[in-house]
Amino acid sequence: MQTLTTTAKTQLPQLTHARNPGMPLDLDWVASVQANTSAIERRAASLPGRRSVKKQFQAAWLLKAVSLIDLTTLSGDDTPGRVQRLCAKARQPVSQPMLERLGLQGLTTGAVCVYHDMVETAVRALEGTNIPVAAVSTGFPAGLSPLHLRIAEIGCSVQAGAREIDIVISRRHALTGNWQALYDETAEMRAACGEAHMKAILATGELGTLRNVARASLVCMMAGADFIKTSTGKEPVNATLPVTLTMIRCIRDYQDRTGIKVGYKPAGGIAKAKDALVYLALMKDELGHAWLQPDLFRFGASSLLGDIERQLEHYLTGAYSAANRHAMG
Amino acid sequence: MTVRDIFDTMVYGPAPESSAEALAWIASHSAGFGHWIGGKSAGAAQSFDTKNPATGKVLAQIAHGSSADVDAAVAAARRAQPKWARVSGHQRAKILYALARLVQKHARLFAVVETLDNGKPIRESRDIDIPLVVRHFYYHAGLAQLLAAELPDQAPVGVCGAVIPWNFPLLMLAWKVAPALAAGNTIVLKPAEFTPLSALLFAEISREAGLPAGVLNIVTGDGETGAALVAHPDVNKIAFTGSTAVGRIIRQATAGTGKALTLELGGKSPYIVFDDADIDSAVEGMVDAIWFNQGQVCCAGSRLLVHEGIADVFHARLKRRMDGLRIGDPLDKCIDVGAIIDPSQLAAITALVDGCRDGQIYHAATDMPVGCFYPPTLITGLSAASNLMQEEIFGPVLVSMTFRTPEEAVALANNTRYGLAASVWTENINLALDIAPKLRAGIVWVNATNLMDAAAGFGGVRESGFGREGGWEGLLAYLKPVAKTRALGQLVAVAEPVSVMVTGLDRTAKLFIGGKQARPDAAYSRAVWSAKGQLLGHVGLGNRKDIRNAVEAAHAAKGWGKSTAHARAQILFYIAENLSARADEFAARLRDLTGKPGGPEVEASIARLFSYAAWADKFDGAVKSVPLRGVALAMNEPCGVIGAICPDELPLLGLISVMAPVIAMGNTCVLVPSQPYPLAATDFYQVLETSDLPAGVVNIVTGDPADLAKTLAEHMDIDAVWSFSSSPISARIERDAASNIKRTWVNNGRARDWLGADGEGRAFLRAATTIKTVWVPYGE
Repeated sequence: MQTLTTTAKTQLPQLTHARNPGMPLDLDWVASVQANTSAIERRAASLPGRRSVKKQFQAAWLLKAVSLIDLTTLSGDDTPGRVQRLCAKARQPVSQPMLERLGLQGLTTGAVCVYHDMVETAVRALEGTNIPVAAVSTGFPAGLSPLHLRIAEIGCSVQAGAREIDIVISRRHALTGNWQALYDETAEMRAACGEAHMKAILATGELGTLRNVARASLVCMMAGADFIKTSTGKEPVNATLPVTLTMIRCIRDYQDRTGIKVGYKPAGGIAKAKDALVYLALMKDELGHAWLQPDLFRFGASSLLGDIERQLEHYLTGAYSAANRHAMG
Repeated sequence: MTVRDIFDTMVYGPAPESSAEALAWIASHSAGFGHWIGGKSAGAAQSFDTKNPATGKVLAQIAHGSSADVDAAVAAARRAQPKWARVSGHQRAKILYALARLVQKHARLFAVVETLDNGKPIRESRDIDIPLVVRHFYYHAGLAQLLAAELPDQAPVGVCGAVIPWNFPLLMLAWKVAPALAAGNTIVLKPAEFTPLSALLFAEISREAGLPAGVLNIVTGDGETGAALVAHPDVNKIAFTGSTAVGRIIRQATAGTGKALTLELGGKSPYIVFDDADIDSAVEGMVDAIWFNQGQVCCAGSRLLVHEGIADVFHARLKRRMDGLRIGDPLDKCIDVGAIIDPSQLAAITALVDGCRDGQIYHAATDMPVGCFYPPTLITGLSAASNLMQEEIFGPVLVSMTFRTPEEAVALANNTRYGLAASVWTENINLALDIAPKLRAGIVWVNATNLMDAAAGFGGVRESGFGREGGWEGLLAYLKPVAKTRALGQLVAVAEPVSVMVTGLDRTAKLFIGGKQARPDAAYSRAVWSAKGQLLGHVGLGNRKDIRNAVEAAHAAKGWGKSTAHARAQILFYIAENLSARADEFAARLRDLTGKPGGPEVEASIARLFSYAAWADKFDGAVKSVPLRGVALAMNEPCGVIGAICPDELPLLGLISVMAPVIAMGNTCVLVPSQPYPLAATDFYQVLETSDLPAGVVNIVTGDPADLAKTLAEHMDIDAVWSFSSSPISARIERDAASNIKRTWVNNGRARDWLGADGEGRAFLRAATTIKTVWVPYGE
């Protein structure tokens, strides 16, 4: 049985796909974007009823979901100890005996996501695993600190060993329709990321309309984002299926026009194994198999893993499981 | 496959819904299913098989209804009807409520039975069909509760016969049974030959709702069984959903019988995508429009009209979406497209597509199971002249063509014999709300498709049929006025007297066509004599060419329908004013013609004009309370061009009683005036000429009503024909109207009190309008 080492290596986009180089801001394209909210909501509402995976298929899909999780802690009370515990969970997200029975020894989460100050701790804790550390950056979560400090923060996190940088966009630019400013700022952040991959957090819960979500998605991709991501997890509304549909349709549009695959990361609010399956089906149906791999899709989630572990144990034993039977992250 | 393999491939795998309970229910009828008559199962001499379309395997033996079986069912319904009509509305509401609850409680059993028998994906029967059935019974429980208070002048029609199709077996049952029962009728329902099971399950379960025996009867069988039900003399109303071809036969079969009729027939509904639409959402909508229920949907958005500038992008995205559709076992919860109902239907679809020579055919690149399945298909590059652009395929086949401007989109959309539904995709509300009224369809969905609800009327225009199902308007199709009528004897013109009296200067009464006085094409006239033998004048004998000219003039005046209701009211008032100015002259004319004092008829005519001037801007539509963030607008639209044979007995009031509601609602018309007393009408066109009425809105053709009615009823460019003639022409009109399924309103030889309350009001306004339901979901 092969281990998951190979999978872990493909977590970064440049290993299998050309990295998004960005493109000049195309305001005509941005202006032409439409997003019909009620139609998008109907599609999102019917999706869970259209797709279903059962038995070993469900188990495999849930394990896939585990491999796509950016296991996250973004709290004011984070400490090195807390982060080390999270990293240990990332290395061994599902108990060894269960993974052996499922034939997926070596499975890890997609990444660990922390604040800048915890990057070094996480990098050390994950040594030898190929699990990248992602740092939320640029004045997370509001993105309202001085621009030069936000840029500098990216550099610090990269310096500290973060291989992925989750930046937050300036919502005010999107809300006022100042797409040039959003583009310039995001492009500057992308430059600051260097080799590290940039996930642009749109904070969709604060953008007001799905049309704004779509326009901001396109502008961030034009500015060179490797991933677009819904939320910081701190907004009142985080990842939703309608927002996801809107954003991934933009990703598809961007690929159609540029040939470049951009990744997608819903974050916040995805807590149940069933939710994860719906997201995976949506990615598979709308974007295709490539977006079921960690280099193009991640879940930003902290409590999702626990529910998946319970479902996997149920699959193996036939009996419903309990949280205390699985290791805390 | 191991978990590891699946982890790498991420394939879906089987997700079967269990059919164990449904098969157990079927197995409990191992002796075969009987009809459901008088509250219990009734065996039959002959039976036929019903099969699972996905596997071709026989599910059960079904009773084949003979005419004797139909007789027994109608007799049971007739026995039960008086008592059921006397039961309080509240009691009927309680039973309908219980039916809703029972379907809900057995929802999964119904869904699985439906999918087994029909082949539609379990997702659809589970998430769409059955919930809509439940909703329909809830809604009609409410109508039963409110009926007596809200519609006190209405009574049930009696025994209803319903013939329903195989594409939505239980939902179509609900659409017929719920309103029939709510209104106090009893019903005999003939399910489709291919899909009888869910109706029989429903019948069994209806016992638990306390439904009295005989109120609901089900006779299974084929087309012959349906024909026997349609022809049964003791059935008062026929409600049919199915093909236009069969609808036409039913229209002919019921002609002149006095049976009420509603027809919900075929379609080739346009799906219009403008260049500012949310293209991805419009592509996804297409999936629900044409690949819902394998495209076997009367209102399927089967005719894609896409703006030329985005056509390539749209088609490319649509093909990619098609490739993602999953075809297969309908009981699989992860299947988008199930089985075609029957190999004969599959052969018909295949033949139509294979016969296409002028388009590019794209079959979805998706795994196809073996059996009665057809791949989702897109045919591009067609023109309006293409056979497939006009013919209903009734399968998962979409045909497409492009347009340049909104005007052209409307023209192409309306370039069809059908008129059931339409979808309009644009982010511009001005465009959407401009287009919606211009589409000849009973239902318009803005940025959506195939939305249905019990509160909203569903039904078509043109050869898609007439009548609405759902809402108060749907209930009215199961009611009739309480008032009793008497027979109407034929009135004949005064015969040429032995000695002729002639006074005054000769005047020539002409036809009135396109705002001009016109001599009859055939140049024949008839003398009109007073009751006392005085020569009153001559009346032109119009013929089919005069009707042709009048209909063309009526179409040329179509701007009338777009004028404001206020403007129409003003003109009706003005007509009244000008008639009033000549009241004495008209009263004298009426006295001469009929031998009775004419003053009261003139006064009643002026009052009637006032009534419809008043109504012109008050026959309001409605905003339906549908379970959706959005509005469903029920708009009263003019029918179009109405041909009417006016009453004989009151030559002025009769003509005005017909003309005024017709033009108040924005129609144009061709009127055939009183045959014995035509000169009141020919005098009246002088009033019209001086009243600012645009040319062609009202056309008057005198002549033999039977001849002229035939031409009107057969005319393909007339939308409705009315007759209040005392000549026995009702049956003929209804039969001839089957040509293009135009609406009819005939008196069947019964008199109407034109001077009383029955001479005007909502019945006329409803007949002069057609309800278009415009769904506008919203949200930002």
